[in-house]
Amino acid sequence: MQGLNTAPNLPAPDDFYEELLDMHRGLTDAQSALVNAKLILILANHIGDPTILRAALEAAGEDVATRVAASRK
Amino acid sequence: MAAIDLAQRDVPVVVLDEDNTVSVGSRAICYAKRTLEILDRLGCGEDVVQKGVRWSVGRVFHGSELTYQFDLLPETGHRRPAFVNLQQYHFEECLVRRAEALAHAELRWRHKVIDVAPSNDGVTLRVATPDGEYALTCDWLIVADGARSPVRHMLGLDTEGQVFRDRFLIADIHMTSDFPAERWFWFDPPFHPNQSALLHRQADNVWRVDFQLGWDADPDEEKKPERILPRLRAMLGAEAKFEIEWASVYTFACRRMRKFRHGRVLFAGDAAHLVSPFGARGANGGVQDVDNLIWKLDLVLKGLASDCLLDSYDVERVAAADENIRNSTRSTDFITPKSTVSRTFRDAVLSLAKKHPFARRLVNSGRLSVPAVLRDSPLNTPDRDADFAKTPDAMVPGAPAADAPVTALLGARVDLIQGSGAATIDAPVSLARGDWLLSYLIPGFTLLTFGDAVPVVQGGSITAGGVACGIVQVGSRAQADRTVISDKTGLVERRYDGRPGTSYLLRPDQHVCARWRAFDAGAVRRAMDRAMGAA
Repeated sequence: MQGLNTAPNLPAPDDFYEELLDMHRGLTDAQSALVNAKLILILANHIGDPTILRAALEAAGEDVATRVAASRK
Repeated sequence: MAAIDLAQRDVPVVVLDEDNTVSVGSRAICYAKRTLEILDRLGCGEDVVQKGVRWSVGRVFHGSELTYQFDLLPETGHRRPAFVNLQQYHFEECLVRRAEALAHAELRWRHKVIDVAPSNDGVTLRVATPDGEYALTCDWLIVADGARSPVRHMLGLDTEGQVFRDRFLIADIHMTSDFPAERWFWFDPPFHPNQSALLHRQADNVWRVDFQLGWDADPDEEKKPERILPRLRAMLGAEAKFEIEWASVYTFACRRMRKFRHGRVLFAGDAAHLVSPFGARGANGGVQDVDNLIWKLDLVLKGLASDCLLDSYDVERVAAADENIRNSTRSTDFITPKSTVSRTFRDAVLSLAKKHPFARRLVNSGRLSVPAVLRDSPLNTPDRDADFAKTPDAMVPGAPAADAPVTALLGARVDLIQGSGAATIDAPVSLARGDWLLSYLIPGFTLLTFGDAVPVVQGGSITAGGVACGIVQVGSRAQADRTVISDKTGLVERRYDGRPGTSYLLRPDQHVCARWRAFDAGAVRRAMDRAMGAA
């Protein structure tokens, strides 16, 4: 099993980005947050591999300054 | 419980209880399969099982819909059920009855410890009774005086960890109902919006209900019947007839002492570690503490092991407490989300669980107590043979022995031995002990071997450092010098990945400490030495 793929992998990146934003259109912030959370869980289950998921969590958390103090307790 | 285990090993023991009765209110109610197996070893398993309510199915609801259900023991071939629910006072009564029947155990009610003075070779206590005070000196002190542990405070010792900002109403009600004997848990039910609720059956038509109240609830107000009754009616229906037997409002913490052994003072149960109730890991964890501790203490007291063996109690049970705390904390994070994002993910899981099976595995209303696998214990002999099955429930070194149905094949000699200590097993043993594997494990070490071709060992046992290891053979032919059991269903072979020659060394607490693909008496002796702290 290979590690986290961060090279371009989406066949039509702009199409996906548009669909992602379309999904959120008309939702309140709370609804959007819920939809995002569901999306993360669905994708995480699809990936399954804990090594890849851990690498994805690290890549996502990188450079987010407030993260360090808030979550590493 | 510790007193029963010690007294069964002919160690004189005195129990001091500041009260004159068993627990008031039912408190702990769920006793796990492993606890029942330990109670079987202590001679009171049947008592608890007969009195209690068996269950293995849990259902989790979100709103008014069932989102998830689990069966904690979907397979047959186990003597004991996944769980038995029983009020703590009944459970304690079973233990008291058993302890009182043992010559070496003495129970002293209304004897309150008011001072503790440990020394290098014992502990001196000051004890207050209705008739005055007296001093009592003991070789070893086991402290199991509960979450608030007065003795722990007297010694200036503390617990570390976190306290959760939430309150729960707990009530036991008497009610005749045809609800099934299952664990029902609700997130955001119509009768108690935005909070969780739990319903669980106990013996004698008593039911446990639990309502999440939130941190801002006033504990004194919520305890009043006029506040409790409308909540119960909303849950159970306007027609339901019930009486409140006991109610309380609690908060909870996940904490433990840094070390459970302090010289000659040994901490066990809630005095040593605390978890939230969602998972039944408090009482069941405490039972496993005792199971782990007593055989070691017995060997030390009989001069057969160095007191360093008791350090392994600390190592093994601290690791187990951490596992319980980890599971309990995770459940708490799900039931009582601490932040907006935590709440969002929780709601996302519950929402997905309606339709998608993967999300049901993430729903966490409590991960119910399973016995600790002592994987990293220094007492284990690491596997030398690499071809053992690697299934999640494999009998790795550190795992508690799995039960399975068996039949005894009686040999030429039939000896009946009862309750003898670890060091006293020196006679060849060939006896019928019923239809379950675990009842054939003797109070000392046991070597469980597979196949008919096991070499003859003089006297039917192997000895290391003055301690004997009985042999129990899983085979098809009776032998004159040892117990042979027949694996009538093939479950022993399957659960232990047994082949001809496969041998498991089991500690007195029935945990695997070594295993091999071929019988080797020398390796067994070395593994026993190691399990007794000598290596």
